[in-house]
Amino acid sequence: MSKPYLSIEHLTQRFPDGQGGTLTVFEDATFGIEKGEFVCILGHSGCGKSTIMNILAGLAEPTSGVVKMDGFEVSGPSLDRGVVFQNYSLLPWLSTLKNVSFGVAARYPKWSRAKVLEHSRDYLAMVGLEGDVIHRKPSQLSGGMRQRVSIARAFANHPKLLLLDEPFGALDALTRGTIQDELLKIWGGTEQTVFMITHDIDEAILLADRILLMSNGPYARVAESVEITIPRPRNRTEIIEHPNYYAIRNHLVQFLGQRSKALSGEPSGGEAQRPAPVRIDKTAEVAGDEPHLRAVNL
Amino acid sequence: MGRLSLNQRAMLLSLVMLVVALLIWEAAIPAQKAVGELTEYERLTGGGAPKAGVPPPSQVIAKAWAELSNPFYDAGPNDKGIGIQIGYSISRVLTGYVMAAVIAIPLGFLIGMSPVAYKALNPFIQVLRPISPLAWMPLALFIIQDSEASAIFVIFICSIWPMLINTAFGVAGVRSDWVNVARTHELGHFKTAFTVILPAAAPTIVTGMRISIGIAWLVIVAAEMLVGGTGIGYYVWNEWNNLDLTSVIFSILMIGVVGMMLDAAFGALQRAVAYAE
Repeated sequence: MSKPYLSIEHLTQRFPDGQGGTLTVFEDATFGIEKGEFVCILGHSGCGKSTIMNILAGLAEPTSGVVKMDGFEVSGPSLDRGVVFQNYSLLPWLSTLKNVSFGVAARYPKWSRAKVLEHSRDYLAMVGLEGDVIHRKPSQLSGGMRQRVSIARAFANHPKLLLLDEPFGALDALTRGTIQDELLKIWGGTEQTVFMITHDIDEAILLADRILLMSNGPYARVAESVEITIPRPRNRTEIIEHPNYYAIRNHLVQFLGQRSKALSGEPSGGEAQRPAPVRIDKTAEVAGDEPHLRAVNL
Repeated sequence: MGRLSLNQRAMLLSLVMLVVALLIWEAAIPAQKAVGELTEYERLTGGGAPKAGVPPPSQVIAKAWAELSNPFYDAGPNDKGIGIQIGYSISRVLTGYVMAAVIAIPLGFLIGMSPVAYKALNPFIQVLRPISPLAWMPLALFIIQDSEASAIFVIFICSIWPMLINTAFGVAGVRSDWVNVARTHELGHFKTAFTVILPAAAPTIVTGMRISIGIAWLVIVAAEMLVGGTGIGYYVWNEWNNLDLTSVIFSILMIGVVGMMLDAAFGALQRAVAYAE
């Protein structure tokens, strides 16, 4: 079996529980992400999604286990792994353009200043920020615009892996929809590998190639890997018509509602905890009927 | 009145209050008795000379006009223009202040970055900080053996604490999100310090600098009264010894005006580094 592009092996995180013992958030979590894949991870609060993300970003150290990207073990933060934080994390004393360009300048230190600025403007334009807006400070922007800047900053750096930590969690539903579309558009033009945390089932189905489902903590597991069998390009109004949409959605709701609780609390015993692959495809059954219909026409 | 802006109305009210206060002051000063009514005995014992009293504002204004129209004359050790005296004071304040900033800001940075250093140095800071700067004066005079340098040392020791504490506080309070942004962009330690932590902590640091310059200006007057020779503090004390209250009142006003200008300069700096989250 060939190794995936990003491979997470036996990842374990334990914290002291404050009473002398230890609290195991998850142990021996093992999964992979292919190059160019968009993967969402869904799970209840406290199951360790954010911890996994911080480990992938290099901002936190796991208790044990390794993360390998492109065959090399990663440690510490790196420009190869871009992060979009939930609270945008723009530097408030810099203008919108400078917030993007300082990242580009860090990524490409040999570029001229003009080239860095041009590249930054291009990426801001991709998320719909052009003209005077890019000279404003983040405090003068709406929440949605700030998150756009943050997304532009991450994409402009061409990271090998893009990590999105609930990027739309603080936005209202309408703004969220618009920016999801923009994210899909900007992602569609790249070969960007994305790993995203979300709480929103519909958002995950719209965006992801694959959804990882986590059971509740402690001893949380990445229990299932659900393939999203809806062809791209996707559109929020059209995907709900697709025969697979509600089948997948019901499976996810069912998992988060019931099985996430039932699966939690079991130590791994040192075994690699791999997610079970799940593929739901109603179109395959419909396709099976097609020759029959054609026969009638003949 | 309704058409004037808030600032214009406030300015008008300020002027009215100033004029009223000056008029009350002027009216409250009793006129000097005429010399002609004195007996021969009174004249012989110097009663003819005008009695020292609080001067009316008209005299102070006349004095101010005379002094400010020729601020930089130098007619010997005890007769220098107000501009020269203030110049001496400001140069002492700035020398001590800059020395304090050069030490306090980098040190505060290190203390702010390291929780261990913060806790280790905190007791020393807490004991040294409340000491009146003038209490250092005898020790400074004995060790440094130079009154000029001792005055500068006193300025140094009083300016250092607010800058040190505010810098450490500001640096320690930089949001971890911003530090994480620096980390995920692989900025080195120096780059992180100058492009993320310094601008993030700058408003707090400049607040400390503003408090320090205010204290330094308060202290220099007292320090110069002790060490003598030159400076606005010495000038006040010298005019008191001359019983020239007009000059005393004039120099008190000048101390206020210079202090206000120093504070305004740091206020402007504060606005320049401020940011809204």
